[in-house]
Amino acid sequence: MNTTDTTDTTPPLPVHKRGGRLKKQITDFFVSLFNINKFIFRFFREAFVPPFEFKEIIRQCYETGVRSFTLISLTGFIVGLIFTKQSRPSLEVFGAVSWLPSLVSIAIMRALAPLVTALIAAGKVGSSIGAELGSMRVTEQIDAMEVSGTKPFKFLVCTRVIATTLTIPILATYTAFIGLLGGYVNVAVNEGTSYRTFMQQVFDPLSFVDFSASLIKSIVFGFTIGIVGCYQGYNSSKGTEGVGKAANGAVVTAMFLIFIEEIVIVQIASWFR
Amino acid sequence: MEKAKALIDSKNVVIRIKGLKKSFDDYHVLRGIDLELYQGENLVVLGRSGTGKSVLIKIISGLLKADSGSVEVLGQDMDNLSDKLLQEIRVRIGFSFQNSALYDSMTVRKNLEFPLVRNKRNHTQKEVDTAVESVLDAVGLSQTINQMPSELSGGQRKRIGIARTLILNPEIMLYDEPTAGLDPITCIEINELINEVQQRYKTSSIIITHDLTCAKSTGDRIAMLLDGQFQRQGTFEQVFNTNDERVKPFYEYNFIQ
Repeated sequence: MNTTDTTDTTPPLPVHKRGGRLKKQITDFFVSLFNINKFIFRFFREAFVPPFEFKEIIRQCYETGVRSFTLISLTGFIVGLIFTKQSRPSLEVFGAVSWLPSLVSIAIMRALAPLVTALIAAGKVGSSIGAELGSMRVTEQIDAMEVSGTKPFKFLVCTRVIATTLTIPILATYTAFIGLLGGYVNVAVNEGTSYRTFMQQVFDPLSFVDFSASLIKSIVFGFTIGIVGCYQGYNSSKGTEGVGKAANGAVVTAMFLIFIEEIVIVQIASWFR
Repeated sequence: MEKAKALIDSKNVVIRIKGLKKSFDDYHVLRGIDLELYQGENLVVLGRSGTGKSVLIKIISGLLKADSGSVEVLGQDMDNLSDKLLQEIRVRIGFSFQNSALYDSMTVRKNLEFPLVRNKRNHTQKEVDTAVESVLDAVGLSQTINQMPSELSGGQRKRIGIARTLILNPEIMLYDEPTAGLDPITCIEINELINEVQQRYKTSSIIITHDLTCAKSTGDRIAMLLDGQFQRQGTFEQVFNTNDERVKPFYEYNFIQ
C-alpha cells in the first residue's frame, strides 16, 4: 500500500500552495515528536514492571560491548596519542609542557571519552539495532511475537535500551583509560615521565563534578543510542528500503542528539564547578 | 457438505464479524464484512491479491484496528479489550504467517519455547521440552530441533511456523496463505497438516488463500471475497457452481495453473 517514488518528478507547488507543503512538514515534525515521546514513555512504563528479561539484557550488554570493543580500543588510544602530540607545541611556547598530562586528562575525562565512545557506539550499535528491529518488522517477526501473547516491546526494546544505557558508561570508562594510555605513551617517549608521575598529574586537576558529569553524560548517550535505534527499527516501514532507512536514521538522529546533549550537560556541569 | 451444515446448525460461533470496514487512505479494502466462524470448522477465505484477506485476519488477531464494525472473538469484543485481556485472547489464537515469520536469530527449539515460556511461566524445563518435542512430532520435523531457520526449506519453515502456534494449544487457527510459494507436493503436505491440526487439536480455522486446491482440500466452507465484501459463501461446489463472471475466471485460471 505504501508506494515510494525514488525519482521525484513532481513539479514544485505554486507559490500560493507552498504553505500547504510547509504546513504538512510542520505537522509531520510534531507528530514524530509526539510518537517518540510516547515511545519513551512506553519504555519507562514497561521496563520496570516484572517479568524481567534478565538473560536477554545480559546478552544485549555482551553484544553491545563486543560490537564496539575493537573500534573503541583503537580509536581511544589514537585520540589520546594524537591529542597529546598536537597539544605539545602550543604548551612548549609557554614552557608548560609539564602541564600536558593534566591537559590530556581534563580533555579526555570531561569530553573526549564519553563523546568518542557514544559516536562510535551510535555507528556500530545504533545502526545494528535499527537494522535488526527493522528487519524483524519487515519479516513480520514482531507481529508474530505480538499475536503469540508475548510482549515484543519488552523483549526487544526494553532489553536493548537497558543494555546500551548500562554498557556505554563502562565503555566510556574504558575509552578514558585507553586514551590516557595513548597520552602516556607520547609523554613517556618525549619526556621519559614515569607511569606513576603521569597518573598523579592526570588525577590532580579532576574533581568529583568531572567524574559525575562524565558518567551522567555516558548514561544519557547510552539511553539515546538505544532508544533512537529501537524507535527507528521498531517503527520502520515495510520493505527492504525501510530497513536501510531505519539503520541510517538510527545513526544520524542519535549523533545529532548526542551533540545537543553534550552541549546541555557541559553547560549544566559548568554551573557546579 | 454435511459436516459444514452440522457445524452451522450447532450455532457455536467462535468468531463473529459484523459490518467490518477498513480503508488505507482512499483505498477501501473491506466494505462491510459479515462473517461467522463456527467451532470446529475450517473456513477458507478466497480472493485475489489485494482484496483484504490478510487484513481481515490481522483485524481478527488485533494487529490492525477496524475503521468500523464489530469483531467478536471467543465471546470478546476485540475493540474494547484491555492489554491483559487482549494478550489472553491472543494466546487462544494461533497465527501462521505467510512467510512463517520465524525468529531468525533463534534455533527451532528457541522459536518454539519463546511463546511457551512467556505465557506459561510456571512450566518446568521438562514440561517445556516435552511440549516442544510434541509439536515438532505433530508437524513431522523432530530432526530440525537444533537447526536455525535459515537452514530450513520453505515447507519446513511453514511447518515450524505452525508448530510454534500449536505449542500454546490454540482454539482458533488463522492461516495466511499457507501454501504460497511452495511446490505442489509440499502444498499437499501442508493441506494435510492443516486437516490433521483441525482433528488433533480441535481447532476452528480461517484459511486465507488464493490456491483452490488448498481451498478444496481443507475448507469445510468457502467464503469468496470480492470488491471488499463476501459475495459468495458455502461449500466449494456451491461457491463455484455459478455463472458469475467475477468468479469463473478465478476458478478456470487456478485449475489451468
